[in-house]
Amino acid sequence: MTELTYPFDSSYLIKKRKSLRRELLADESVRIKKKIAVFGGSTTNEIINMIELFLLDAGIEPEFYESEYAQYEQDAVFPSEELLAFKPDIVFVHTTNRNIRAFPELTDSKEAVADKLNSEFARFENIWSCIHDRFNCPIIQNNFEMPFYRLMGNKDCSDYRGRTNFITRLNALFYDHAEKTEGFYINDINYLSADYGLKEWSNPSFWNMYKYAMCFEAIPSFAFSVANIIKSIYGKNKKALALDLDNTLWGGVVGDDGVDGIEIGQENGVAQSYYEFQSYIKQLKSLGILLTVCSKNDHENAIAGLEHPEGALKPDDFIVIKANWENKDRNIAEIASELNILPESIVFVDDNPAEREIVKAQLKGVQAPVMDSVESYITTIDRSGFFEVTSFSDDDLKRNEMYKENAMRSAQQASFADYGEYLKSLEMKAVIGDFIPIYLARITQLTNKSNQFNLTTRRYTQTEMEAVCASPDHIRLYGKLIDKFGDNGVVSVVIGEKRGDTLHIDLWLMSCRVLKRDMEQAMLDTLVARCRESGIKTIRGYYYPTKKNSMVRELYGTFGFTKISEDEDGNTVWELPLEGYTNQNRYIEVTDNEQQ
Amino acid sequence: MTGREIFSRLNKVFRDVFDDDSIVVRPDTTADDIEDWDSLEHITLISAVEKEFGMKFKMGEISSMKNVGEMAHIISSRATR
Repeated sequence: MTELTYPFDSSYLIKKRKSLRRELLADESVRIKKKIAVFGGSTTNEIINMIELFLLDAGIEPEFYESEYAQYEQDAVFPSEELLAFKPDIVFVHTTNRNIRAFPELTDSKEAVADKLNSEFARFENIWSCIHDRFNCPIIQNNFEMPFYRLMGNKDCSDYRGRTNFITRLNALFYDHAEKTEGFYINDINYLSADYGLKEWSNPSFWNMYKYAMCFEAIPSFAFSVANIIKSIYGKNKKALALDLDNTLWGGVVGDDGVDGIEIGQENGVAQSYYEFQSYIKQLKSLGILLTVCSKNDHENAIAGLEHPEGALKPDDFIVIKANWENKDRNIAEIASELNILPESIVFVDDNPAEREIVKAQLKGVQAPVMDSVESYITTIDRSGFFEVTSFSDDDLKRNEMYKENAMRSAQQASFADYGEYLKSLEMKAVIGDFIPIYLARITQLTNKSNQFNLTTRRYTQTEMEAVCASPDHIRLYGKLIDKFGDNGVVSVVIGEKRGDTLHIDLWLMSCRVLKRDMEQAMLDTLVARCRESGIKTIRGYYYPTKKNSMVRELYGTFGFTKISEDEDGNTVWELPLEGYTNQNRYIEVTDNEQQ
Repeated sequence: MTGREIFSRLNKVFRDVFDDDSIVVRPDTTADDIEDWDSLEHITLISAVEKEFGMKFKMGEISSMKNVGEMAHIISSRATR
């Protein structure tokens, strides 16, 4: 709901929390359920309330475990029966500089301060390793905000005895840990508090009266940040931008003012602001965000504007350019279908409030942030948390390129009368094999964001995936597809569990960008071969319907499986005896890991 | 601002915070009269009242106010809107 998107009104959320929650729970939307344990070093009541609102709004229904006051370390190291039974999906350790045990004293030697630093860090490392050993789930950990006073003034940051210095170094140790630990995420309250205003944020009356480690009105911003990390872990990030042109990517109207008349470049402050925004968008592209244009313009004018020599973006940076006089909601729906993504994965960026309203009304789930003046464009998109990064793979870096190659494939397809001839012309090669460490991050990412070609929509955290990886009772396959236009990267994942002489398929997913290329058949062929090697006689497949995966309802049927049951919710179970199975892939040359 | 106005605006804030349209606050209303009014919700209430009237309570006042009447009295001396 609009109330919960950036820039939300914190005091409104605080005041209306109960009725907003009631409305969200009554809207009958389908939400995934997640259990979140909050280990607090200060009062967490309102923090949990606000995280709940933001998650409900994002399609996640959380259930919380809340530590007794300031029992974060106890709960991690000596968990109660209640906590053990709760089995969290995520643990959030809400500590702040109020929880640092021993700050340096002015009389301390360098060695003494180094000891304090190491023992403080060791204490936290122990907390994390206990959580990891016990719950094997993602951990979200606050870093530390700056102290609210500086005993030594400016020198507090550079002197080894300064609290500012101490906190900075402790934070750096946290970051080292985050860098080398999968499934460990820093919630950057050092940035959040600076962004909010440290003086207000750390108003000590909230600590002294209520043991809140930040001022009450900062809690929604804080909770939004935590919720963004959780949303990202569960694949709720946005994938693409649909950008308007006139007064969005440049100042002025290219159709009226001409290419020479639009404001972009270094000439004046306004032109520079648009340039900076274009540069920001270009950086989002390298993060793997797909760029598209959705503009009411003649196509040649749009291209001319994008070719402006002073601009940072070029026509080539966009995968789809819709510059026409159609309604924008229709253009965005087409963009979504051309990219094989859902409309709700698109953020619509337009300075015109009327266009934003129409698009939001027509396409449920499409976000259209308020873009009211160019100097705030970057902060608005940045602070909205659409693209919170919790994993970043090589495929992300190459994503725009891959989608471009797809566009070339479509062009090629149009030149063939026969689809089989077209597939042959792609000269496809696949690598299909057991999971290997370099692809694990990508594999996990795929399991958390594939919605359409996904038979069970089962989600895996990094740690769960590691467990599957090490298990002798599972058959795992990833598939990577390469053709003459380029490398699609890892596009398909299958996980099955061996029970007796039957393989139960826990997960079967594929990226929609390689639909109808025989890749699913190639995966099945290899799966059957692996099953035969381990004495499996039958494969059992499961289809669990969601709002998004109807495209694969009959997948097992088309493979030649027999439906053995169906319940009233449409859940179906399928079986394939392996005897007599013949390979189904006709167009892809398949190799295994070793032969790469 | 009249006492009547203050009470009418306070009533609206109470109804929002406790999500209960049946609430009617009077000068002698205390936390015992409203089911959800515990120490945690008290913070929410204070925050919402401060925002409504554009004023801040002092630390000592927050814990010592005995009823809504005392709250209204402080508001009347300090409200900026």
